[in-house]
Amino acid sequence: MSEPIAITEQAVTDAVDAALAALESATDSVSLRAVRAEHAGENSALAAFNAAIKSLPGDQKAAAGKLVGQARARVNQAIAARETEVVALEEQQRLAAEAVDVTALASRRRIGARHPLSLLQDRIADIFVGMGWEVAEGPEVESEWFNFDALNFDADHPARAMQDTFFIDPPESHLVLRTHTSPVQVRSLLERELPVYVIAPGRVYRTDELDATHTPVFSQVEGIAIDKGLTMAHLRGTLEHFARQMFGEGAKIRLRPNYFPFTEPSAEMDVWQPNAKGGARWVEWGGCGMVNPNVLRSAGIDPDEFSGFAFGMGIERTLQFRNDLNDMRDMVEGDVRFSQQFGMVV
Amino acid sequence: MRVPISWLAEYVDLPAGASIADIHAALVKVGLEEEGSHDFDLTGPIVVGQVLEFVEEPQSNGKTIRWCQVRVAPEGAQAADGGADVRGIVCGAGNFFPGDKVVVTLPGAVLPGGFAIAARKTYGHVSDGMIASARELGLGEDHDGILRLSTLGLDPEVGTDALALLSLDDAAVEVNVTPDRGYAFSIRGIAREYSHSTGASFHDPVHRVTPVAGTGFPVSIHDEAPIRGRVGATVFVTRVVRGIDPTRPSPAWLIARLKLAGIRSISLPVDITNYVMLEFGQPTHVYDLDALQGGIVVRRAAEGETLETLDGQTRTLHPEDLVIADDSGAIGLAGVMGGASTEFGDTTVNVLIEAANFDPVSVARTARRHKLPSEASRRFERGVDPKVAQPAAARVVELLVELAGGTADDLGSLHHEHPEAGSIVLPFGYVQRLIGVDFTGDETASSLVEIGAEVEETSAGFVVVPPSWRPDITDKASLAEEVARIIGYDRIPSILPVAPPGRGLTVSQVTRRRTADVLAAGGLTEVLAYPFLTTAQNALFGSPADVEVPAIRVANPLDSEAALLRTSLIPGLIDIARRNLSRGLTDLALFEIGLVFTPEAGKAYGQDALPLGAALPSAEQLTELHAGIPPQPRHVGVLTLGNAVDKQPGQPAVAAGLADVLDVVRLLESALAIRIRVATGAHKAMHPGRTAELFVQTGSGDVSVGFAGELLPSLTHELDLPRVVAVAELDLDALMAAAGSTIDVAPISGYPAATQDLSLVVAASVPAGDVERAVAEGAGELLESIRLVDDYRGTGLPDSSKSLTFALRFRAPDRTLTAAEASEAKLAGAARAADLFEAAVRE
Repeated sequence: MSEPIAITEQAVTDAVDAALAALESATDSVSLRAVRAEHAGENSALAAFNAAIKSLPGDQKAAAGKLVGQARARVNQAIAARETEVVALEEQQRLAAEAVDVTALASRRRIGARHPLSLLQDRIADIFVGMGWEVAEGPEVESEWFNFDALNFDADHPARAMQDTFFIDPPESHLVLRTHTSPVQVRSLLERELPVYVIAPGRVYRTDELDATHTPVFSQVEGIAIDKGLTMAHLRGTLEHFARQMFGEGAKIRLRPNYFPFTEPSAEMDVWQPNAKGGARWVEWGGCGMVNPNVLRSAGIDPDEFSGFAFGMGIERTLQFRNDLNDMRDMVEGDVRFSQQFGMVV
Repeated sequence: MRVPISWLAEYVDLPAGASIADIHAALVKVGLEEEGSHDFDLTGPIVVGQVLEFVEEPQSNGKTIRWCQVRVAPEGAQAADGGADVRGIVCGAGNFFPGDKVVVTLPGAVLPGGFAIAARKTYGHVSDGMIASARELGLGEDHDGILRLSTLGLDPEVGTDALALLSLDDAAVEVNVTPDRGYAFSIRGIAREYSHSTGASFHDPVHRVTPVAGTGFPVSIHDEAPIRGRVGATVFVTRVVRGIDPTRPSPAWLIARLKLAGIRSISLPVDITNYVMLEFGQPTHVYDLDALQGGIVVRRAAEGETLETLDGQTRTLHPEDLVIADDSGAIGLAGVMGGASTEFGDTTVNVLIEAANFDPVSVARTARRHKLPSEASRRFERGVDPKVAQPAAARVVELLVELAGGTADDLGSLHHEHPEAGSIVLPFGYVQRLIGVDFTGDETASSLVEIGAEVEETSAGFVVVPPSWRPDITDKASLAEEVARIIGYDRIPSILPVAPPGRGLTVSQVTRRRTADVLAAGGLTEVLAYPFLTTAQNALFGSPADVEVPAIRVANPLDSEAALLRTSLIPGLIDIARRNLSRGLTDLALFEIGLVFTPEAGKAYGQDALPLGAALPSAEQLTELHAGIPPQPRHVGVLTLGNAVDKQPGQPAVAAGLADVLDVVRLLESALAIRIRVATGAHKAMHPGRTAELFVQTGSGDVSVGFAGELLPSLTHELDLPRVVAVAELDLDALMAAAGSTIDVAPISGYPAATQDLSLVVAASVPAGDVERAVAEGAGELLESIRLVDDYRGTGLPDSSKSLTFALRFRAPDRTLTAAEASEAKLAGAARAADLFEAAVRE
């Protein structure tokens, strides 16, 4: 049996001093853990003093308990304080070690883009849907009846030759690559209940060689509204509303007489582009007019009861002057740099 | 239509000093769009000179030049350039004599093409100006020598301004004439339109001549096969002029006006017919009267009949062609081109003039059939004023008498059976209701009177007879257009109509837009390729198997090599990828959403005969029209090549490949809320070991919707592409059809999950996806998720086998699962895999 430990004030103070001295040199969590084990753990001097208290005579227990208790509290507090410091220090070191050059981080995802022509079609659809219109579609290989006859293009009239048409082989099949999205107007009138307010965006085809201002494959949006009491004033109102959404509040429409077989009266429309680069200007935008009674008759509609208007414009051309683009080839060649300038916004 | 301004001014009062821009501005207001302007591109001083004398000087280069003394101003007077009255000029031509009056371009003058004239040293002399040829002045093609004014019948004073003398100071505006306005292919029509626009007085050229009816020349109209019931010739006027001088030149003013109008001078009689055509809009023809055999018959061509036309070509005629014939047979294609046998020639002295009105459809078909669009056919196709034939013939006679020295003869004929224009009832208020402007009755009536219509006010409204030159005015809508056009479209107010509530975008439209957005957000760039394919491209990608796929052929392609419409999006994506690569863009991820054209083998589309326009086709006709349209499904195509992730600090490059396009398939699953099953696939253009076929579940079983894979390396090599190019193509319409209208949603259980791994040893050839599906099937409803986490081959396993490790997560909706329950479910899954693929659990 070993000698009972003597709990002297000096011995306790020595133990405390030793603990505090050891803490001084504990600068990281590992050494701190060692200090804690040695000076505050089960085998520490202070623990031994504490254990010895129960063996003391009753009258000494209180004083010794107080002495040892205060000493242990002091050591524990010091350890806790040191621990806070060490944790903070170590976290700081870790953060410093984790620092990266935020300007040189690896990119792990490709960035894609929509084509601006598709985005512009979507934008136009949204403007009209917002007015209660619907978006109609139709085939690109189309019957000449929908593309021409129903639209009041007589088979022998020179207007039919105006639209340089791709014919499908054999020509006796009377199929064409649609030269405009107007056949969708006729289809809409045949399929839908009146009144009809629809736009028809889509791809169309003409036998033009590709150059800076022409492409044999391009896109159009056309609109048709058939209702009771529609006038050319409603046509202008619709176009001006549309123009303001596309080109800003100051936009307006100018109409000039023109000829299209499927409208009467017909007009060429110019738009005032208030925010054009290089100053506000009038730009030729498309064609429009009041739907020719013969078109209504083709769809079985009584022109004395219903009237309406139609309009159409090229999406490429709209993009070209809206975004000040010089060369239409950029829109059709698929160079990813072109679309990527737009991202997801047109 | 090109309109010389001096000519226009003859028939409408142009304001003094009206510029080309002013005239264009006036014409565009009434619908004649600006196309450009033309002039002779000359500036003076250019004067009349007289050759006094010359010395011929042979040169070492073999040429002989003439050193001329030319008087360019009256004796003692200052010349137009401020210089002396007689100039020394070197001239290379040899076609003139002392005393000839010529055109001298003095120093300071500028000739067409920016050719500036200056005194310059040449052939040992200082040439102080130039003696001009007709071609140098832009007046003709003649460059055989200098222009001797006597050949134009001119003998002006020396020093006269030659620009004014030869009408070279004139200019022309060019406007686009829309196909409904045949009458605007004339000075008469343009002058009238200018008057409509500005209010300036119009003087109808028809009124300047007195029509005379010739008699005695036999003409019969004998149309046994009218097209659409319309007789081929409704008006046929002939006149005779005798004793013309075939050597007479066309006067300078005539040549200049034709030139500005875009027509080359040929001979005086031909120039006169062209002049009158431009002035009146009425094509006329001049026959050599002495070459005609008997009278004239207008009839349809006989089967196999031939005709040598003026251009020297012998043409085999079609029974629908309307011809002018004499006793010898056809001598002209009516309204299109004359024949060679009766052509006006160098020795012609007696001529027969024809001015007729031919059926537009007949002329249009003949011109198209023989590929002979002419100035005449262009006008007849659009409709010529039937009342202008006789005045036009009179005008030709007048000019032949005046300019060619002929004598008008009584011989001729007059046939006029053109149907009178019917009247149109224009109800009161109709124009206002269509245009949306409160035009007064007076405004309506006076606008119509102004365009030449007869207007009578009745209780039913205005009864309007359109003018004879406006066959396009056929109904009240066309009358409304005239009123709005004459008063001006600027009066139309702006009113936004209120459409009834719409349904918004359709599910399909929203889905396609979302699909494109998702793919772009997923790193792909949208492209839009042309849909034209070569036969080889179609053969390679039209179908996965080794069969020829039917494709739609364009009859008149721009590029005869690429005449087929695409059956697949991949060739277009490859072309675009190649273009980007050629521009140094080596990492690409592209997508396209677009139509492909997939006719069924052996099926004929379209129809021979179409219903007429302007009437609702019958239900059967409509059904037939719809059935004649070939299938055009919408596909989505994807192509990736190069790196998916670039090499960067701390990041090696990750090459794009099959995995990337399969990721796109998963993006599509999310965009469309569908499941797409990936199975081992095969495609003749694709890598045999790196191709997947894609399926969706439908009510009628699994349906193939496309493929994904890497292109055959031999193909990428041939196309100058990098070795690895991954592509995918799916039928977007089929994907959308497979998507449910609402999504089945399972309630989310809050009970704890039990996770377990399962390793199965199977033959190496068994696709992991099939094993995974078997395990999922066997594990049943407690299985919440299954994921392949390892594919191990090698030590410890039999040859040709692999160990697939799946991480399984089990969960019950209503309780905490015990480990035993989870294990039981796992083993049930393993048992299913064992049944199907002889999978053994690897401990």
